[in-house]
Amino acid sequence: MSAIEAGHLVKRFGAVTAVNDVTITVREGEIFGFLGPNGAGKTTTMRMLTGVLTPDAGTARINGIDIHRHPLDAKMQMGVIPENSTVYGDMSPEQNLHLSGQMYGMPWALREERVDDILARMDLSEKRRLPVRTFSKGMRQRVSIGCAIIHHPKVLFLDEPTSGLDVQSRRLVIETIHQMNEQGSTIFLTTHNIEEANTLCQTVCIINKGKIVAQDNPERLKRMFDTTQSVEVSFDRIVTRDMFASEGIIRAEPCGDKWRLYTDNPDLVLKYIVGRAERESIGITSLTTSGPSLEEAFVQITECA
Amino acid sequence: MEIPLFLRGILVITGKNMRLYYTKPPVLMFGILFPLFMFFAFFVGRKLDLITFFPAFLAMMLFFTASSVGPLITPWEKREKTYERLLSYPVTQDSIILGDVVAGATFGIGISVLVWIASIFFVPVPVTNIGLFVLAFLLGTLSFSALGALLASPASDSPPNVMIFSNLIRFPLIFISGIFVPLAQMQGLGLVLAYCSPLTYLVDLFNSAMSGTSVFSPLVDSSVLIGVSALFIFAAKVIQKRNLMKGM
Repeated sequence: MSAIEAGHLVKRFGAVTAVNDVTITVREGEIFGFLGPNGAGKTTTMRMLTGVLTPDAGTARINGIDIHRHPLDAKMQMGVIPENSTVYGDMSPEQNLHLSGQMYGMPWALREERVDDILARMDLSEKRRLPVRTFSKGMRQRVSIGCAIIHHPKVLFLDEPTSGLDVQSRRLVIETIHQMNEQGSTIFLTTHNIEEANTLCQTVCIINKGKIVAQDNPERLKRMFDTTQSVEVSFDRIVTRDMFASEGIIRAEPCGDKWRLYTDNPDLVLKYIVGRAERESIGITSLTTSGPSLEEAFVQITECA
Repeated sequence: MEIPLFLRGILVITGKNMRLYYTKPPVLMFGILFPLFMFFAFFVGRKLDLITFFPAFLAMMLFFTASSVGPLITPWEKREKTYERLLSYPVTQDSIILGDVVAGATFGIGISVLVWIASIFFVPVPVTNIGLFVLAFLLGTLSFSALGALLASPASDSPPNVMIFSNLIRFPLIFISGIFVPLAQMQGLGLVLAYCSPLTYLVDLFNSAMSGTSVFSPLVDSSVLIGVSALFIFAAKVIQKRNLMKGM
């Protein structure tokens, strides 16, 4: 059974069509990445799927329940983490979690148990009674995630969950997504972070200008749109772009203290780099090759559309 | 399954509103302090029969307290971005509006009853019909908390702007509703305006309950208050639904 089914969703704001005929199917137990540039329609689509916005046309079902005909039953199936860690600043994490549990009709004893568990998991036990407004963005996001998972939702929606977070909080969020998925939750993740989608998601869907432009697993998407590979190299001294004027190198881009060289023939490029460095007595400090990236595919797809 | 979920949503939202918004400065200012200041400004130190004017003061107190919570909640939640999370819970927009109305009504009735109890020690105000007196409290607090929810409906995420807007609507009403000038003494345009104000009917209902004298029958007063409550809630629902369709 599909956990999320959206059929021909349309949303217009005045003359602007923010979402245009979007059809999505997310399989049960899947981590589904929803990618797109700013203003592509990701958040609007997610708001329609979660019952926050009413579509102008189309249907959305969560575990087979129509969200716009039976919103309460459908919302019982899901947990939502909106963008910008939206929790009540005047309440403590404990109170926010209890409120969330009450919304889902959880009895007091079960709520107590889950609140303790989540606070410990989110590393917030010591701050359980402090007002959330005194927290950092990462801590607020952890409370927000706790509020969404307190009832073990069958479907979890996350809108840019790691945006602007520190490394520790980001890791905790990713870990929670994995844990929820292992426990059987279907995950719908909107993100700008292509690397995140690449490593987390089983299926990636790309939306641009309100339309779905590609949907597949990350590896197939990469291969479909880009056969170019890259070689990353760094030297023990500064070199100029002229160093990479050679057959086989399509383009060279500086990338921090490294150069990234795009090529169809990595073998030729590796031999050239090693030979040239030896001739000019330049030390190679690192050398790696990588296949086509999801980022490249994303750029190509969104530029073509 | 949906009806119990709907009712539970109203209950939980009411509890959340009571916990979060009753102590917010705008609510304390415009819900409690302002009607007390008005009372001191207009009634104290003048040669007025406090017993005659007390029903009007009680109506004014109920009007301000019940309508002070509603205008704050939705704009505050929109500003804090918690409104979107609230909508993603198993609640509907109707349960959010009704939760706001019940929270406002509870605040209105709580504070006004406290004021009435406290005033018993200073002003020996009679209550000639206890049933009507209770009805006046219930209908008054319901209609004006519904007005509060309606005043919160314009698409704004700025609580100060909404409070200013709500005061622009609320302040004129106290001058045209038979609070400072009894309805029986009003004439011409003043009387026409008084008939248009729902507060007039609450003042009249309190007069019926406390002194036994009124301009309209309690049935008319009650019907008008029930009617405006339904109208305010319906209008709030229509406006907020339209805002949501526009993504505001």
